[in-house]
This record gives sequence, structure tokens and C-alpha cells, in this order.
Amino acid sequence: MITNIVIAGLGGQGIVKASDILAEAALRAGFDVKKSELHGMSQRGGSVTSDVRYGHPEHSPVLSPVLSPMVPPGEAHVLLVLEPTQVEVTRALLHPDGLLIGPEVIEPGALKNRKSVNVAMLGALSTALEISEQAWTQAIQANLAEKLHALNAQAFALGRACGPGRVGRLTTQALPC
Amino acid sequence: MTDERLLLSGDDAVALAALHAGVRLGSGYPGTPSTEILETFDRLGGHAQWAPNEKVALEVGIGSAFAGARTLVTMKHVGLNVAADALFTATYTDVDGGLVIVSADDPGMASSQNEQDNRHYARAAGAPMLEPVDSQQAYEFTWLALEIGERWKIPVILRLTTRICHAKTVVRPRPPEQRHAACATAAQPDDEQAARRFRRDIPARVMIPAFAKPAHHRLRQKLAEIAAWNEAEGPIREYPPEAIAQGSDRADRAGLGIIATGVAALHAREAAPAARQLTFGLTYPLPLERIRAFAAEIERLLVIEEGDPVLVDELNAADLSAEGKPMRYRFGELDVARVRRIIAGDERPEPEPVKGKPPQLCQGCSHRGVFEALRDLDCIVAGDIGCYTLGVLPPFSAMDTCVCMGASIGVGLGLRHALPAAEARRVVSVIGDSTFVHSGLTGLAEMVYNPPPTGHLVLILDNQTTAMTGQQEHPGTGRALDHSPAHRLDFAGIAQAMGVQAVELIEGSDETARLDERLAAQLARDETALFIVRQPCVLAAPKIRRYEKAAAEEPDCQ
Repeated sequence: MITNIVIAGLGGQGIVKASDILAEAALRAGFDVKKSELHGMSQRGGSVTSDVRYGHPEHSPVLSPVLSPMVPPGEAHVLLVLEPTQVEVTRALLHPDGLLIGPEVIEPGALKNRKSVNVAMLGALSTALEISEQAWTQAIQANLAEKLHALNAQAFALGRACGPGRVGRLTTQALPC
Repeated sequence: MTDERLLLSGDDAVALAALHAGVRLGSGYPGTPSTEILETFDRLGGHAQWAPNEKVALEVGIGSAFAGARTLVTMKHVGLNVAADALFTATYTDVDGGLVIVSADDPGMASSQNEQDNRHYARAAGAPMLEPVDSQQAYEFTWLALEIGERWKIPVILRLTTRICHAKTVVRPRPPEQRHAACATAAQPDDEQAARRFRRDIPARVMIPAFAKPAHHRLRQKLAEIAAWNEAEGPIREYPPEAIAQGSDRADRAGLGIIATGVAALHAREAAPAARQLTFGLTYPLPLERIRAFAAEIERLLVIEEGDPVLVDELNAADLSAEGKPMRYRFGELDVARVRRIIAGDERPEPEPVKGKPPQLCQGCSHRGVFEALRDLDCIVAGDIGCYTLGVLPPFSAMDTCVCMGASIGVGLGLRHALPAAEARRVVSVIGDSTFVHSGLTGLAEMVYNPPPTGHLVLILDNQTTAMTGQQEHPGTGRALDHSPAHRLDFAGIAQAMGVQAVELIEGSDETARLDERLAAQLARDETALFIVRQPCVLAAPKIRRYEKAAAEEPDCQ
């Protein structure tokens, strides 16, 4: 079973950082994982999407369970969008039965620092995934400078608290992969 | 294999392998998607340096390999065009140290001016080529490229693509004992270097016709031996593996057989998990007999390759009746959905890709004022490669040509020569600081040597960094790859020494505010002119201040 997650937003919002953290958390939770996005021109304020795919390495004794590093269009189980204007432009990436998590999931004004919205959104996402809180914490610390750990731990906790009730359940089994 | 599991991009995996395998020197020019390789190699403790351009990087690499050192040279696909002159004769020579040339191709043009397929270079130059499918293979193939290169004394191209360079996948590095075996004296690199002696071998390294003629024969012999090695011991994978195939109805699976390389091999396995598949990592010279044996058991032999029909044409030239992809898949990257369509022969139009917000010049970008002035003066702008190419987009729409690194100057001169004087006086060449060092110096020589009757005006948009690729240093910044102080090229001094008639440095907000007046005045003068418009990139400025502060605190470094 492979879980496909696409994170979308605009250049400068920390989309790539968010997918780095998610991929690292999945790795630390024992999954095989791949992630992919386009760099370069996209850094200049344009639309950015990043794909993360993970699954059990023990799924097959021979084959790596995650093959292509890219989520096929229309096959994302979760679409996490950090910027309201990017919801419609990326919606086609999401499976019709997939889970859309938009920026409204975080209470406006709840964040101390708007820059940590990417990690707060990961907190909301975490309530739908089977990745331990410990793996998330380790992944956040591994991907951010030490002086940012406390701020982002708070942001993650805030998002995780917002999650239940606002974020649906991921029914991966119902989706093709 | 160790228990160590790392999540690495292909670029980082190449850098880690280079470190583990004892690479002594990494040289390159920044270019998406290759840039991170040398940055990571430096961060891990390797010796990495930016060259002015890819040709110089490869020449430095050739010298280092002649001296017996393991060497890594990195560039994006179009960079290999610049380095091609060195490449095509380097393959005739004998290199003592392994020389790995990374070509990072960009099918789909995420951040490039074309989507050329550098597999052609392996064939044209006679360089063995390795193509990994993921970061694990990027790591392993960096080692393998060094080993093949040293066994046959030949430069090896490691061809990556955007989805190999920037995708992160799990890597298990080689165990430490192998690393130590690879660089037995790695603990004392200075001792190793001190012990190195130049080995004179004139016929193998001086390519005058008398030596180059036998050298070409030697090259073909090396490639024949490497092809035989590839057949017998090369990195070839067949799916399903024998263990699975024997337990199932193999005949039933033999309807469709796929030959695929690079990341397309993973797309294909996902798109057609039941199909048989042959994937090889050493894609030149091909393991043709292995492919022939595979094809003999297959009804429909389908080649899944990104870019040009390179493999399928070679297989058909060898009478293997291979089926390629329809023309439309020559454009852009492949993905699982597209490979499914190729397999199914689905000819319906593909869904439009997601179109988001296009990139633009940053708020506060120093280039904005320049393009406003060029737009307002209705200039004909010969542009170049970098962030400032975004000056072509609204609200500026102030660029008329963009071809390759450095072309702004030559193209601008050509326009001036061919247009009537009134039109010619509108022509301005616009080039970035890093691009100027890369390929603009020779253009400036052309301007003073063959000046158009109306003269010409070149603008260097000097934002003190290689901005587009992620703020790398270059010889005009005065800092080395690791941001430590280095000699700084003086653009104005160069232009004056070359004999450019008007050379001006325009710096600070007061001067740039009057840029339109100064441009208008210069365009009326029929002189050769170089204006250096200097303002740091807004993204790089805080870092530049930090580097300058660090340099000031360590006067010994200067």
C-alpha cells in the first residue's frame, strides 16, 4: 500500500521544506519513501507542488514498494494546500475520493509566526496519517535549525490540535494505488 | 550495504559517493538541476570549486585526472555543449584518475532553455554513460563510473535527469571498510598528494594527428571491451527476477516486454507491474546481446525512454523490431500516467497539466528598474540566461531574444550590424554578472574588434551572485564556492583594457533612478559601451553581508 501526498503552494512558503519533513518522518516511521518536486524557476514566487509517496518496505521481498517518485495526476490520497489561490489549480491532482486539506484548517491569527504555517499544516496532516508523533518531532528537528525548533514544535502542536474534526480520515484502502 | 538508511536527493547521493570514493577535486558551473552536487560535496568536506564555465571545469578535471586524482565535474545538460570541445578529445586520451562528468538533463524544461537529450553525447564523443534510476543508483554509479574510468582510463558520463537530481529516495551507503579501501590514504590526503608524481605519457595525452589516429583506435577498442563487460557483469536488472518468474507462468507474462532506463524504468514498472522488463544502467555502450536474448522471449518489445528515440533507433538498427513511443511523448517528462497511455496505445488528448502562477522577478529585485527603463525607452533587448530572463514577462515585456549563455552580446551585435541605423540604435544587450564571466568576455572582444557603425551598449546586471540557480559564487563576486574570500574580477577594468569606449558603473538607488536618462544618452552616441548596473540580489544580500563581515573579521584570509 502506497500513500500519495501532494503539498502545494507558492514559492517562498516552505513547500519543499514541508515535504522534506514529511518524507523524513515517513522514513523514521520505517517506511520506504520517495519525494520529488521541480526547483529553479519555481523559486521565484510561482506555483510549487511537491510529491511525497511512502509505503511499507516489507510489502514485497524483492521490489521496492515505491517506484516512480512522482504522484500520478488524480491519484493523490491527500492534497495539502498552503495558499488559497492554489486549491483550484491543483485540485485535479487529488483522487476524487481523496482528502483535501486547505489553509483554512489553521485558525487565522493562531500562529505566532506566519512563516511556520507549513509546519502547522503538517500538524493538521499528521492527524490523518499513521506516523508517530516521535517520528514527526525528529523529522522537524532534523530539517530545521536548532533556534527554530521550539517555534515549529508549537506550530506543529497547534496544527495537530486543529486537525481532529477539521481534517477527515484518510481511507487509503478505498483508493487505487 | 549497511543498515544506515539516508533519504537523499540524487545530487546529494553523487556528492556522498564522491566523498566516500576519495574524489580529490570537484569542479563545475552552477546549473539546475546539477548545482547541489558540488555544494553538498563541499559541505561534506570535499574540495569543490566553481569554474567560470563548464569548458574550464572539464579542462581542470582532465588535468586533475591526468595527475591521477579521482575527479568529479558537474554541469547541466546545456553546459555539456560548452564543454563538448574538451569532451570529444578527452575520450581519446588516457586518464589515470577516474573522471566522472555529470550531465544533468532537464526533460520538460523545468528550468532550462531546451530539452536536449545528452545521451547523444555518449555516442558522439565515445564516452561510456551510466544512468541511474534513483538516488541509490546515483550513489552506486558514481563509484562505478570511477571504477570503469580507471580500469579503461576513459572519462565516464553520469547522466542524471531532473527527477533523479531532485527526487529524494532512500540510500544505503557502502560500508566504511569499502570506503577506506577506495581511498586508502584518505586519512592523510596531503601525504597522498605529496606522494603523487606526474606520469609522462605523450602519445596518450598530446592529441596531434600522429598520436590521435592510434588514440581513436584505442578508444574504439576500449568501448568494445566495456561493451563486453556490460554484457557479462554490467548493472543490468530484469523483472520479474528469476525467483518470481519461475514460480509463475512465465510464458503468460511474455506478451509485453519493456526496455527502459533512468527514472522512466520506475514509471514503467509501476504502469505495467505484470510486464517483463529489462533495465540497464550502463546505457552506452549497450549490452546488445542481453537485449537480444530478452527480446527473443517477447512478443511486443516496447522501449520506454524520455526524450529522443535513442534506444529504440539503436535496437531497430540491430534488427530487434522494437516499438517506440509516439511523437507526442518526445516532449516533456514521462510519468506513470503517460507510460500507461503509451502501453495502451491511448491516442486521446492528454489532460492539460496543472497551470499555476508563473514565476516572476522578486519584489524589490534590482532588475525591475532596469526592465522598466528598457521598456519605456522601447529598446530592442538581446537577453541572456538567468533570473533577468523573467524581464520578458509582463509587466515589463522587455526582452526580444534569449538563446544561450552569453548570446546577448553576439546577438545584439548581429542585430546592430543588420538593422538600419535608427533601428540599430535601439538595440541593447543585457547579461548577468555570472553569465558575463561564463561567456560574455569573448562577446566583448567581438564588440571592440568588429564594432557596428552605431556602436553598441552592453548592460551587465551585476547582482553579485549566480541568482537563478540559488545564489552561487563566481569569479566576479570575490568569493569562492564555500564563500571564503577569493580574487574578484574587475568588470570595468576588463572593459577598459579591452578598449570599450564608454564604461560606467551605476550603483546605488540615486543613480539607478536616473537609468533611463543615461541609457537614452548613451544610445544616441554611436560608441561601444558597457554599463555595470550593480545592486545585490535581494535574496542574497543578507548572506553577502554576512560573508563580508566574516571576511573582515579574518584579515588573514584576504
